[in-house]
Amino acid sequence: MSKKRTPGQEAIEKKGWLRANTWLLLRRASQLGILGMFLLGPLAGLWLIKGTLSASTAFGFLPLTDPLTVAQSLAAGHVPEAAALVGMLVVLAIYTVIGGRMYCAWVCPINLITDTAAWLNRRLEIKGNLNLSRSLRYWLLGMIIISAAITGSIIWEWFNPVTMLQRGLLFSMGFGWLLAAEIFILDAFVLRHGWCGHLCPVGAAYSLLGFTAALRVKAARRERCTDCTDCFAVCPEPQVIRPALKGSSDVILSHNCLNCGRCIDVCPQEVFVFSKRS
Amino acid sequence: MDSDDKKQEQSPSRRRFLTETIPAAAGALVLAVGLAGHQRSANALPPYAIRPPGALPEEKFLAACLRCGQCVRACAENLRQDKSRTTASPAAPAPQLGESISQLAELGENAPLETAVPTLRLAEFGGDIAPGTPYFIPRISPCRMCEDMPCVKACPSGALNKNLASINEAKMGLAVLVDQENCLNCLGLRCDVCYRNCPVIDKALTLEMQVNQRTGVHARFIPTVHSKHCTGCGKCERSCVLENAAIKVLPLSQARGTLGSHYRVGWEEKDKAGHSLIPEALQLPVRRPEEKP
Repeated sequence: MSKKRTPGQEAIEKKGWLRANTWLLLRRASQLGILGMFLLGPLAGLWLIKGTLSASTAFGFLPLTDPLTVAQSLAAGHVPEAAALVGMLVVLAIYTVIGGRMYCAWVCPINLITDTAAWLNRRLEIKGNLNLSRSLRYWLLGMIIISAAITGSIIWEWFNPVTMLQRGLLFSMGFGWLLAAEIFILDAFVLRHGWCGHLCPVGAAYSLLGFTAALRVKAARRERCTDCTDCFAVCPEPQVIRPALKGSSDVILSHNCLNCGRCIDVCPQEVFVFSKRS
Repeated sequence: MDSDDKKQEQSPSRRRFLTETIPAAAGALVLAVGLAGHQRSANALPPYAIRPPGALPEEKFLAACLRCGQCVRACAENLRQDKSRTTASPAAPAPQLGESISQLAELGENAPLETAVPTLRLAEFGGDIAPGTPYFIPRISPCRMCEDMPCVKACPSGALNKNLASINEAKMGLAVLVDQENCLNCLGLRCDVCYRNCPVIDKALTLEMQVNQRTGVHARFIPTVHSKHCTGCGKCERSCVLENAAIKVLPLSQARGTLGSHYRVGWEEKDKAGHSLIPEALQLPVRRPEEKP
């Protein structure tokens, strides 16, 4: 343990750079591709998808609506029209199958920031002394719904960095970049995985769809594990891995798993694979 | 977490409750109180910002608007189509959305009245309008009064109410002649520009003739807004030739007074009842100083 170990280095040596970064590259393609589809409209006049992550219309007919935003609207006393409700059902259906937090790893633009911050945090070996509970996000989620009911307003959208950053890129940024900068500073220098892993109520809402998700990461060849801990080092929710490696089921069952597939990438022993829940 | 093992040894549930649950709940509560406090202070729309046609009353609007911006897109798209239909006039360069109001002056008189800028904007983070909600600034870009109301059609949530039958029934705000000292018509000139630009001319905006007391021989034609017909589109404010418009569109909550709920307008009550509400004129006793009662 005296020698510094860079997570993923051994995987690159054993499997080659491409196979040690496959899911990361796919994920970046997905994140940037979705952002690009939104941006094609205002930049090039090609409207594949109109709106923002809080609500949009894809290909001119398919409504998509963020469930947390609709939940706040309902709590605030407004029953949205059919388009928004159908859009919510579409989103719920998609993420119930592929895993709620697939949104966090594959769609959310903030993930680009938090991944960069986590990388910097690892490189600089910063151990922040802030200790927050990972359940704080669920409390926040509850408080947001209650606050929406009390104030009669979709209150989280005053501050939601997820939609704020995207809306800023699509319309006008204002001071929205401040929120992104704060999250970067929090994650890089104060608390590793501070935003996505501890605070973000949007991720918490999506993770509630993860209990039944069909798509899961499985430690299929866990007998080959050498306890190198590379997967723990890169995982934004490291507590979800251990049960799959050491517990009774070899599937990562936790609803907090993002299905990002980074553990699959960095494992030199090729322990992990994407699989069905079973 | 790496300290999980240690925790397991010392009554895990109690320890968890003390070290995680209580601080997390307390933290969430503090944040929620902050959120709610902020919301309370930010409930009112600033006077320069007007919501799109069909918008629910502000407090309901904030519960309904999903902050998706599709109305803003529809508005810009409509303007683009309009421009390609009509041959492009040499318009002033379209300013970017979200430009500050202070840049309005640059746009000034050079911009054509049929605006080159899309009407609707999406509020940014850090301003005094709920971020992600649509609004427009009449002085820069009034509502173009599209008959098919593309913004309302684009709204997925009903924050812009589709029950609005016609754009002429919209109540986005209300025009008010706020400066009766500098309005050129009030000074006795025949400017009439706001009146001529009103899409509901002679109903929403009329010119009321008065005697010009200054000269004694001329007339003054006072621009007069009628709330029953005014849509709040803002074309009057946009077209006002003064450096700072004398006629301004204000949100309804700020433009209108409210009668006391117990007030009754006598002549209306009389019409409703079909007869006078008091039997006869009162007979007051006549008291003269020289007469003893």
